[in-house]
Amino acid sequence: MNDNPPLAELSRRLRTRKVSSVEATRHYLDRIARLAGPLNAFLTVDAEKSLAQARAADERIARGEASPLTGVPIAHKDLFCASGWRTTCGSRMLENFVAPYDAHVIEQFDRAGAVLLGKTNMDEFAMGSSNENSFFGPVRNPWDAAAVPGGSSGGSAAAVAARLAPAATGTDTGGSIRQPASFTGISGLKPTYGRVSRYGMVAFASSLDQGGPLAQSAEDLALMLGVMAGFDARDSTSVDRPKDDYAARLGAGVKGLRIGVPREYFTQDLAADVAGPIREAIRELVRLGAREVPVSLPNQHLAVPVYYVIAPAEASSNLSRYDGVRYGYRAPEYGDLADMYAKTRAQGFGAEVKRRILVGTYVLSHGYYDAYYLQAQRVRRLIARDFAAAFEACDVIAGPAAPSVAFDLGARTQDPVQMYLDDLYTIPINLAGLPGMSIPCGFGARGRPVGLQVVGNYWDEARMLALGHAFQQATDWHKRVPPGYG
Amino acid sequence: MLSPAEIRRIARLARIEVDDAQVAALGPELNAILGMVEAMQAIDTAGVEPMSHPQAFAQRLREDAVSEPDRRAEYQSVAPQVEDGLFLVPKVLE
Amino acid sequence: MSPWEIVIGLETHAQLTTASKIFSGASTAFGAPPNTQASAVDLALPGTLPVLNRGAVERAIRFGLAVGGEIAPASVFARKNYFYPDLPKGYQISQYELPVVAGGEVAFVLGDEERRVRLTRAHLEEDAGKSLHEDFHGMSGIDLNRAGTPLLEIVSEPDMRSAAEAVAYARALHALVRWIGICDGNMQEGSFRCDANVSVRRRGEPLGTRCEIKNLNSFRFMERAIEYEARRQVELIEDGGKVVQETRLFDPDRGETRPMRSKEDAQDYRYFPDPDLLPLEIARAWVDEVAASMPTLPSERRARYRDAFALPAYDAALLSESREKSDYFEAVLAAAPPGERLPRLAANWVNGEVAALLNDRALDFGRCPIAPATLARLLGRVDDGTISAKAAKDLLGELGADASRVDALIASRGLEQISDTGALEAAVDQVIAAQPRYVEDYRSGKEKAFNALVGQVMKATQGKANPQEVSRLLRARLDA
Repeated sequence: MNDNPPLAELSRRLRTRKVSSVEATRHYLDRIARLAGPLNAFLTVDAEKSLAQARAADERIARGEASPLTGVPIAHKDLFCASGWRTTCGSRMLENFVAPYDAHVIEQFDRAGAVLLGKTNMDEFAMGSSNENSFFGPVRNPWDAAAVPGGSSGGSAAAVAARLAPAATGTDTGGSIRQPASFTGISGLKPTYGRVSRYGMVAFASSLDQGGPLAQSAEDLALMLGVMAGFDARDSTSVDRPKDDYAARLGAGVKGLRIGVPREYFTQDLAADVAGPIREAIRELVRLGAREVPVSLPNQHLAVPVYYVIAPAEASSNLSRYDGVRYGYRAPEYGDLADMYAKTRAQGFGAEVKRRILVGTYVLSHGYYDAYYLQAQRVRRLIARDFAAAFEACDVIAGPAAPSVAFDLGARTQDPVQMYLDDLYTIPINLAGLPGMSIPCGFGARGRPVGLQVVGNYWDEARMLALGHAFQQATDWHKRVPPGYG
Repeated sequence: MLSPAEIRRIARLARIEVDDAQVAALGPELNAILGMVEAMQAIDTAGVEPMSHPQAFAQRLREDAVSEPDRRAEYQSVAPQVEDGLFLVPKVLE
Repeated sequence: MSPWEIVIGLETHAQLTTASKIFSGASTAFGAPPNTQASAVDLALPGTLPVLNRGAVERAIRFGLAVGGEIAPASVFARKNYFYPDLPKGYQISQYELPVVAGGEVAFVLGDEERRVRLTRAHLEEDAGKSLHEDFHGMSGIDLNRAGTPLLEIVSEPDMRSAAEAVAYARALHALVRWIGICDGNMQEGSFRCDANVSVRRRGEPLGTRCEIKNLNSFRFMERAIEYEARRQVELIEDGGKVVQETRLFDPDRGETRPMRSKEDAQDYRYFPDPDLLPLEIARAWVDEVAASMPTLPSERRARYRDAFALPAYDAALLSESREKSDYFEAVLAAAPPGERLPRLAANWVNGEVAALLNDRALDFGRCPIAPATLARLLGRVDDGTISAKAAKDLLGELGADASRVDALIASRGLEQISDTGALEAAVDQVIAAQPRYVEDYRSGKEKAFNALVGQVMKATQGKANPQEVSRLLRARLDA
């Protein structure tokens, strides 16, 4: 194999036996060995394990029992528990934790016969927007080594952008799939909340987290979502719905589709080099038959403040289990029990995680709960209502995934609040539980990619993917590869 | 806004050890975050129900049946300290 | 009357009799080797999530119906956040603002009076694991088998005014949860645990500061602990001190309560609705379904025994202290011949002789060797005068499943009483003639002499005379 095809193409070649899974897997393992180092995209690779899976996949293909993802090597964000694989969540706390069970998502890929290619780097416990918060060092953007790839699924995004994997999984709590997809010029999807099971997907903020795919195209996202989505009885928030055939509905086009463009999106804070490509992308969609409709999201400006109450609150509780008792890091020296806890957690967690735990603990504490947590949950409902109202007038909402292109490594680390505010386009979607997708639509300053965010109504992923597919039939942004990674 | 004493109290509640330097550094950081959050506190939300879940479904119920086998050996293979099947911790005082 | 009033409220944790845990599919069976019944969810492995057990909810519904409380159509699970090695997630899933059951009451008998204690609420939550303090080179061992076992926390209003009343309430609650089959009530195994909130006040004044006494795992300890605590608080106040709100443990060896080794700050549990769980909705149809399958409750049976059979409150309460005993009593009545005195007789025997026999043999009424029909036959023979009560008592231990054995034994041992008036009158006359001194003594007011005369008649008839008849005839003759 001497190119790096999109997943859909690779899948075709595998099924028609033009290439074997072992060949394909070797190809990517090879690329990882050669190219992943400077990017720091991968945390764990196990060639033996992967090739064993590839051999099994080839047998299955030979028996005629293949499905679209059989034999395809997939990289997984290190937040998904995979039995027998180190699962670190980018943290010292789980540096040597070998998961004793599989996440539902991993089981889904397993059932489909996919190959686990490796575990990707990420912001610690999914907290971050630049992948600079990993205990294992930052990830670099393949488009520009001085730039961040975005976060928290920075490793997965970099891996797909650099063609080190045909596709990867990520998770998105406030934009952690969409923003890195935007920064690295690839496609990424956060499904409707409840679409993909969270069982085995280490929790950050339970009412916001969703697992989703990162890949080269909307078509690839459709194939990935087809495997990832599905009811799981072990997750009480997993919704039992009949399966959508995303791949079959890709060709629907955008004729007559009403694209809502919120007036609140185009402010001073949106960089001009992003605004340009976004507007052009919307014009392209109109050329393809869609209709632009002005809408309003009046509480848009409250989303980031609301998120930074709810997410840290839920995280502070979700991360209480990391105490050095049953698994994970335990401080090497300690006095009594209280000391063991305090030192284990002080040493095991990085600075950003600790900050968020402290904020979360505070906003839930006695005397502050009403003013902070309860209030935030009420404003959250106002934000969700805004979307419901907007969807009366349009079918999808479009806009930037981020207010700028990828920033330089180190540029925002002194100012965490500024980094938080940059998630203003992606966060509201998580608060409402809606599906959101980012597809590349051009380049901004210094040749860094720009992503168009498309937001759908609940359960409307098929329509969003069809829009992405139509856009990608008419443009070629998604085919661009960073120099040196072709 | 948070005083050093409050920061220490919260850190104790969260079981995270913080030294003086860290408390000093955390002050401005946490206060910046809480300052940013202030924007949503003043909003009038009278009569608005808090939204704890994106979906308005009810909790699904599981049949009462034993479905988990004994996997102690596997689960304890990742434990920091185990003896006689028990997880060991510094002595717990009543 | 003492100027002081004791105010007591009880919080009870009842482990529910589900096969699996409240949020995971691990077994709840008692006594397994450590950590062999702790699933990935129970261990709080990263990425694990809770799913709610229908059986736990159904048992909460049964309880709500049994106490006449309101079953919430929607209730919410909340996280109670605190750190402890036996609490794997660092939070307990419980219910806070919206519990599954609100209100209700528990009725019981104290001495001879019917009392009622109101309930504030009952809610579902998960149990924690156990820390074993045996020395593992200076460390404690944690067993999480118990972590995740479903609990129903039952909170009473502070309606009790004495240690005895608190114990009576606890016993009644204990009997009730066993009666409706939601909890096995095994206090040694920790299935039923009570904490007492105790405060004192001068009559007419507002409530005093209360102290919580934790983990009272026997009714005897409960009574002693509450009495000690009340005394301690009264003495403290009378000496000019103030009661400090704190949690205390009862030391049974010393008979005292002492403060728990407490943390410096008061606990801030930071309750918030658990985002991993959705609101629990209980439809009216489900409640009705459960109601239809409920047995009649102890208080209902007690009322019936009192009203229909004119049994004293105490006896009625004793009969309904367990479902097995009450069922047994009713089965005896069902098999017994008609007769006004039968219910009273059956009650006395079930509460008395039969209970004592079972106690001796370490059996409960569910496994009583004497079939209800057999006892019914025996009591019938006492009631109709065929045999004396004493003879019946002597027979009891030999009776079993076969009711016909009663008459067979009476016949083969010649236990029939002599009740025939003619025969008895002859014996009475004989004794009066033979014992002039006793007759004299009786006529001059010595009641003891009467008993001696009765004794003589019994002797003369080889103990077969019907003693009630003998007394009647003797009196008639002597007083004539």
